[in-house]
Amino acid sequence: MKTVSASPHVHTSMDIRKSMLFVLIALLPSCIWGVYAFGLRALLVLAVSVAASLLTEFLLGLIDKKNTLPDLSAAVTGLLIGMNMPPEIPLYIPVIASFFAIFVVKWTFGGLGCNWMNPALAGRVFVFFSFSSAMSTFTAPRALRADVLASATPLSAVKTAISSGMQNMDYEGVLGQLGYTATSFAQSISGALGISPYTVDAFFGNIGGCIGEVSALALLIGGIFLIATKVITWHIPVVYLGSFSILSWVFGGLRAGTGLFSGEILMPLFTGGLMLGAFFMATDWVTTPTTKKGEVIFAIGCGFFTFLIRYFGSLPEGVSLAIILMNILTPTIDRYVRVKKFGYVKPVKEAKK
Amino acid sequence: MLRISTFRRGGVHPDDKKELSRGSAVETLPMPSKLVVPLSQHLGAPAKAVKAKGDTVVKGEKIGVASSFVSADVHSPCSGTISDVTTVRLANGASCEAVVITPDAVQPEMYNVRYDWKNESPSALLETIKDMGIVGMGGATFPVHVKLAVPEGKKAEYLVINAVECEPYLTSDYRSLMERTDETLEGIMILDRILSPEHIVIGIEANKMDAAQLLEEHIKSHGYPVEVQPLKMKYPQGDEKQLLKAVTGREVPSGKLPIDIGAVVCNAGTVYAVYEACVFHKPLIERIVTVSGEAVKNPKNILSPVGASAADLLAFAGGYNTDNVDKLISGGPMMGFAFADEQCPVTKGTSGILALKGADLEAGVCVSCGKCVAHCPMGLMPNRMFRNIKNGRYKEALDLGLLDCKECGCCAFICPAHLPLVQGFKLGKKMGRKK
Repeated sequence: MKTVSASPHVHTSMDIRKSMLFVLIALLPSCIWGVYAFGLRALLVLAVSVAASLLTEFLLGLIDKKNTLPDLSAAVTGLLIGMNMPPEIPLYIPVIASFFAIFVVKWTFGGLGCNWMNPALAGRVFVFFSFSSAMSTFTAPRALRADVLASATPLSAVKTAISSGMQNMDYEGVLGQLGYTATSFAQSISGALGISPYTVDAFFGNIGGCIGEVSALALLIGGIFLIATKVITWHIPVVYLGSFSILSWVFGGLRAGTGLFSGEILMPLFTGGLMLGAFFMATDWVTTPTTKKGEVIFAIGCGFFTFLIRYFGSLPEGVSLAIILMNILTPTIDRYVRVKKFGYVKPVKEAKK
Repeated sequence: MLRISTFRRGGVHPDDKKELSRGSAVETLPMPSKLVVPLSQHLGAPAKAVKAKGDTVVKGEKIGVASSFVSADVHSPCSGTISDVTTVRLANGASCEAVVITPDAVQPEMYNVRYDWKNESPSALLETIKDMGIVGMGGATFPVHVKLAVPEGKKAEYLVINAVECEPYLTSDYRSLMERTDETLEGIMILDRILSPEHIVIGIEANKMDAAQLLEEHIKSHGYPVEVQPLKMKYPQGDEKQLLKAVTGREVPSGKLPIDIGAVVCNAGTVYAVYEACVFHKPLIERIVTVSGEAVKNPKNILSPVGASAADLLAFAGGYNTDNVDKLISGGPMMGFAFADEQCPVTKGTSGILALKGADLEAGVCVSCGKCVAHCPMGLMPNRMFRNIKNGRYKEALDLGLLDCKECGCCAFICPAHLPLVQGFKLGKKMGRKK
């Protein structure tokens, strides 16, 4: 059957389904590391989150009489929720988070493309405030299992220590004072590079935290894969991480009493889900601006709020809240940011001619 | 060779598929038993028929005359008898008057006397070009004598020859450059005499470096003041606005023409037609058509008379290799027109006839990924224009720059949801003009 339709008659193969598949592939290294570091229990959490997410999407699809599972967006949401859970979390919590994400945040607003907030983040934040203690109870990774202290994330340990009066010290000092341990592998590298061993552990993922957020390296690999395959562009992750680093460096030392331009950069970058947020959450197509200029504004905002919440808020981590705040501002950014048209002539100039 | 340049903003990289036909030399289509010559093969007013049913015509005789300033004459591609004057539907969906000619069994040998164009004045050359019904053969079919008539007070600083051929599959300009190198260059010198520009640049994409090399060698041996500018492969570089940006660095202001930035762009195939018109006084009655696509048995480049049907050309290329042809396209796959009737005639602007496999994709929902914005070469926001048009807000769409859209198809190509963006813009322009 010959069809007659409007041009173009060829299309890129990179459709929504393939892009979502690529996101899932990009998340794999971090998931594999999470399961390795925290054991099979972590795999169970991931599986339950994805299953709950898919089931919710499927049931809601029955109401709309359409099957939206093949676009894989629900699978991505579910996996991101699982990756944002502590390894020993009671299983009903990720189920609630997935249900909230797919039902309340996505479906009630019209499904894929219509939600104004990142579903996975909204789900995580919902259960974070509903089950605060379960969501803040972490286990130590495989490499530091003998150590009890290591079950607290480095960020929250440092935050608590500084607010209880431990001043004039950098991260390494604080963590050392607390008796926080680093792996012998990290200690051997740290000597050679002159970087704190805690930072090295955070980069490779030997720290306590949520299943999918601990290994900065694995997330970086996934993020670079997404940029290379053009699912996302570099703008949001680079500007987000960059603006956060600059703010941390300039003002980060203030709370520890070391003054301006003394804040640390690497340790805050590698911890607290920042890599996961910058590459996989803040780059969500639906809830971020559609113009490059808008994306840069969005990413600077993310960096700013992450910094503000982490250093001066009551929570140890601020990535999810910062991105959600900027999600809310996205329609406003899109309304006012315009791209410069090709061959644009200022109306005034034209009148003069 | 010079630096390789390109335009900066937007653009996409479709698979160029030129390997299907780039290696096959131009073959001449045997004269079909019937030619249907439309009288509207150009941009502007249709030509007026000057022959009636039953009249005999000689090859190259005028059968339609230009009816206004922006219009072009139409000539008979063969000697024969007019069997009908009727209405036909062209590949682009428009209906127009057409002259149906039954060619004589024996066609005369013509156009082998050389005229000396070097002693002709620019205005006389321009008159010849008008008389021979030359139009832009890249697709837009703008009458060439109108384009070359530089308005008072403006100067053509640049003459840019468009040898980009950025549409996938098409190789007609490429074959023309490879096989008619000297003739094309002489055509450029004719344009040089008419316009006397300061710079003459041939813009050619990097997938045709062999042609670029060949051009350079011939330019050197003749000592022509012509520059070859290789360009990075990127669609829609063959659009004159993008080509001028890549070659001269200047942007044609919104709503203006290339001459407003001191440039005239002419397609490489058209230059050959200008050569034939001025040197042999041969009207535009035939052209090279690329017949290609996954569903064609032997993709090739065919020298076809205007008025031959798509069926004639497809049969000459061995017909289909499958029973499931999903699309027939006149032109390239990015901006060409899908048509269903194989009796559709070849016109002066038909650069290709493609038979493709692969049904249309189902449209999904917009996920605000912003790819259409990032890839729009005109710096527009297709997502917002489309949303406005979908909701009937044509005025808002126009305010967003809808009329700057040239329907190049980058947005719809890259859209992960396969939204029919270009279709929406075509509708929006029509509805917007109505109000």
